[in-house]
Amino acid sequence: MTDVELEVRDGVDRETIETVNAMSGTYKHGWSTEIEMDYAPKGVSEDIVRLISEKNGEPQWMLDWRLAAYARWLQMEEPDWAMLNYPTIDYQDQYYYATPKSMATKPKSLDEVDPKLLATYAKLGIPLQEQMILAGVEGAETMGERKVAVDAVFDSVSLGTTFKAELAKAGVIFCSISEAIKEHPELVKQYLGSVVPQSDNFFATLNSAVFSDGSFVYIPKGTRCPMELSTYFRINAENTGQFERTLIIADEGAYVSYLEGCTAPKRDTNQLHAAVVELVILKDAEVKYSTVQNWYPGDENGVGGIYNFVTKRADCRGDRAKVMWTQVETGSAITWKYPSCILRGDDSQGEFYSIAIANNAQQADTGTKMIHLGKRTKSRIVSKGISAGRAQNTYRGLVSMHPKATDSRNYTQCDSLLIGDKCGAHTVPYIEVKNNSSRVEHEATTSKVDDDQLFYCRSRGMDEEEAVALVVNGFCKEVLQALPMEFAMEAQSLVAISLEGSVG
Amino acid sequence: MAVAQAKQDALAARIAGLSFDAAGWQGALRTEALARLTAMGLPAKRDEYWRYTNPATLVAPQPAVGTATTEEPALFTDLDCLKLVFVDGQFDAAQSDPLALEGVSLAVLSQAKADIHWAADLFGQLEARGQSPVQRPLATLNTAFAGEGVLIHVTGKPSKPISLIYRATSAGCDAILHHCVKMEAGSELTLLEQGTAGARVNLVTEVDIADGARFHHIRAQGRVENDSTLTHIFARIGQEAAFKSFTMTADGKLTRNEAVMELLGNDSSAHVAGAALGEGAVQQDDTVFITHAAERCESRQVFKKVLKNGAVGVFQGKILVKQGAQKTDGYQISQALLLDGDSQFLAKPELEIYADDVKCSHGSTSGAIDETALFYLRSRGVPLRAAQSLLVLAFLAEAIGEIEDEAIAEAISARLQVWLDWHEQ
Repeated sequence: MTDVELEVRDGVDRETIETVNAMSGTYKHGWSTEIEMDYAPKGVSEDIVRLISEKNGEPQWMLDWRLAAYARWLQMEEPDWAMLNYPTIDYQDQYYYATPKSMATKPKSLDEVDPKLLATYAKLGIPLQEQMILAGVEGAETMGERKVAVDAVFDSVSLGTTFKAELAKAGVIFCSISEAIKEHPELVKQYLGSVVPQSDNFFATLNSAVFSDGSFVYIPKGTRCPMELSTYFRINAENTGQFERTLIIADEGAYVSYLEGCTAPKRDTNQLHAAVVELVILKDAEVKYSTVQNWYPGDENGVGGIYNFVTKRADCRGDRAKVMWTQVETGSAITWKYPSCILRGDDSQGEFYSIAIANNAQQADTGTKMIHLGKRTKSRIVSKGISAGRAQNTYRGLVSMHPKATDSRNYTQCDSLLIGDKCGAHTVPYIEVKNNSSRVEHEATTSKVDDDQLFYCRSRGMDEEEAVALVVNGFCKEVLQALPMEFAMEAQSLVAISLEGSVG
Repeated sequence: MAVAQAKQDALAARIAGLSFDAAGWQGALRTEALARLTAMGLPAKRDEYWRYTNPATLVAPQPAVGTATTEEPALFTDLDCLKLVFVDGQFDAAQSDPLALEGVSLAVLSQAKADIHWAADLFGQLEARGQSPVQRPLATLNTAFAGEGVLIHVTGKPSKPISLIYRATSAGCDAILHHCVKMEAGSELTLLEQGTAGARVNLVTEVDIADGARFHHIRAQGRVENDSTLTHIFARIGQEAAFKSFTMTADGKLTRNEAVMELLGNDSSAHVAGAALGEGAVQQDDTVFITHAAERCESRQVFKKVLKNGAVGVFQGKILVKQGAQKTDGYQISQALLLDGDSQFLAKPELEIYADDVKCSHGSTSGAIDETALFYLRSRGVPLRAAQSLLVLAFLAEAIGEIEDEAIAEAISARLQVWLDWHEQ
């Protein structure tokens, strides 16, 4: 336990890149937990959809909703427009439901959860015991007890959620989505699929049919969520896809900051992850959603790794609603992800900050959509793509100003950095302006790590990898600053780790 | 499947009325183009490549009947040029200068029917290269069915520009023109184009620029209502060679100008620029694809659009830097000035980069006229309209700046001024 904590603390402490470099292996979450699992039969079919629904003890309306999505999915074709190259996915060669045997009867509290599972999260540095402060955060002591409530999702099920009682006092609902379907059906019915409809796209529709668990958050009117909320996703079982669904509702005047982390063991086969995240933001509410995506990226030769197909969308339904997406994408063999903002309410705001790092044989096609519908809406996109090894990194984004979105503003900046001459960096922005009182500005640059900056660092005694890590961290600064502190530290060290071995 | 069939049906309908000429050296090339075209079918509005511009009027079996007469006074009249006139898509020898110019050999496509011709190595060849990664079937249709064009072989440095003048006199004229320009090493040419060739125009220009040669191209597209124009310029650029193209567009129901350039020799450059004015039910599309396949090459794309009263401006520009094309310098800017709330600007500026030691940037902006600048000018006593037109011209200046020859640049500026005045009436 002490060992583990120390490792995390060292990794997080940005002062010494030496320690980061000294850490064995390039992917530190590649271990797996040996635990007895229950699997549903391989493949996807109507029976599997029924089985997942039954395992979660869902009401009929939920099953009907899933079946409608499944019927729709059968009619759809996998999209091929992204700049991604991967072998055809056999959707029948995956497990769609895997759960630890000990979870057969859902534990009432975390105390009843199999210690092996708790140890898994402890090893990942995720505290599932209440009152603990997040490991390794410098300065946390001085800020008082910074609490973070965590929902831990292991393969297909949620293990449990911390700080439930304390959150309940504030009126905040934070639980697994399977629990919410049973406990808060009126909210789920009203909002599920209202941002990302069942038939939105191939992967979202598949998710609508087979999602097994995920997190649910409701922040009532005028409430500032008393602590940060977090979900930690872990894929453990082999050949298993993870399909989680997250639904966050910020009622009028509410505020919440939500963190999401994810890791998976090293496996030689590719595993599928197709998630859907829906954010509903009502009048004067604000949601900050931060992700550090660190799924197993595959090895240097591109063997194994997670295929990450994610649909994330925020709907700013009310006036002055605000959303901020921040993502650090370092993992996954394939990333297909476009967290988007629908700026429906007048004066609503959307922000997107992204760092996407692709090394070795990784491929990332990621970006955002800013749909301006309301008057005086504002959006800002800052995207930093870093490619190394033989990786391909694409920014793909849409800024759309509708005729009625008068006096709106967008500013987009997407920068790419190339490390090595065998990788690629691409930018595919779509800009659609349909009124003249709005201003849209788009800037993109592509460059290599500046030789002068490297030389300066090296002349001060840094080795080349350290120097590159420092320059890259500088390149990413604008995005790293937008992250909540817990993540900023981790993200900084991740940037260094992901690029290890990319120089020379 | 259904989509592919629809594309095939559209093709069959489109070419039903066209005559296919399999004679001479062109025959084999046209037959080969027809085979490629048959494999592709014609574009449809669901194609990603036609995301912002509906190709319907370009694909339709017959052109919409437009106002066929070009009333605007000719441009570059003070300039000493070799004039070649095309009326309703046919070469008009009587109105043209003799086909003789020092350092150049000239021929008209319809008359170059011998079995052996230098253009056999160029005609349709760059167009075929330009079919990847995106298909441009309408350019292939041009190769297969082109009715006329000029074949220019430049071996030296001619004393004056070649000026292509297009006129349309009959309503519903469907012109398919195909020009080839072969620039030998170290040669230079300025090619001017003006006027509207028909109610519907499909124009392809292939330019092969050998090492050290310089090609300068200025095109003024006329203010003809209800016409549709599709142009493609395909260029292959050798070592230390330079390609420069500027297009001025005003109105027209639908205009799509595609430029496809390959920088194949080290230290070469490609500049492409456009200034466009559009008012009313007008769609103006600039689609550019620049491939950097050699070291230390430079490319610039500068596109400016002024849009009013529901006009739609489109810019799709792509810079592809291939592996090994180190020290590339790529620059791209697309900007729109929307003079009212009804107009639209749709842009897709892309970068695709596989080399690390490169400097590439693109910028795209859109917005209304700067109120502060307008206020400043008015506070200095400049009347509102004059101030507006001054700001519009200033906005277009960066694109016009791409024209090297001062006299030509001035003529273009003056014509833009005329158009602006015309729009204000």
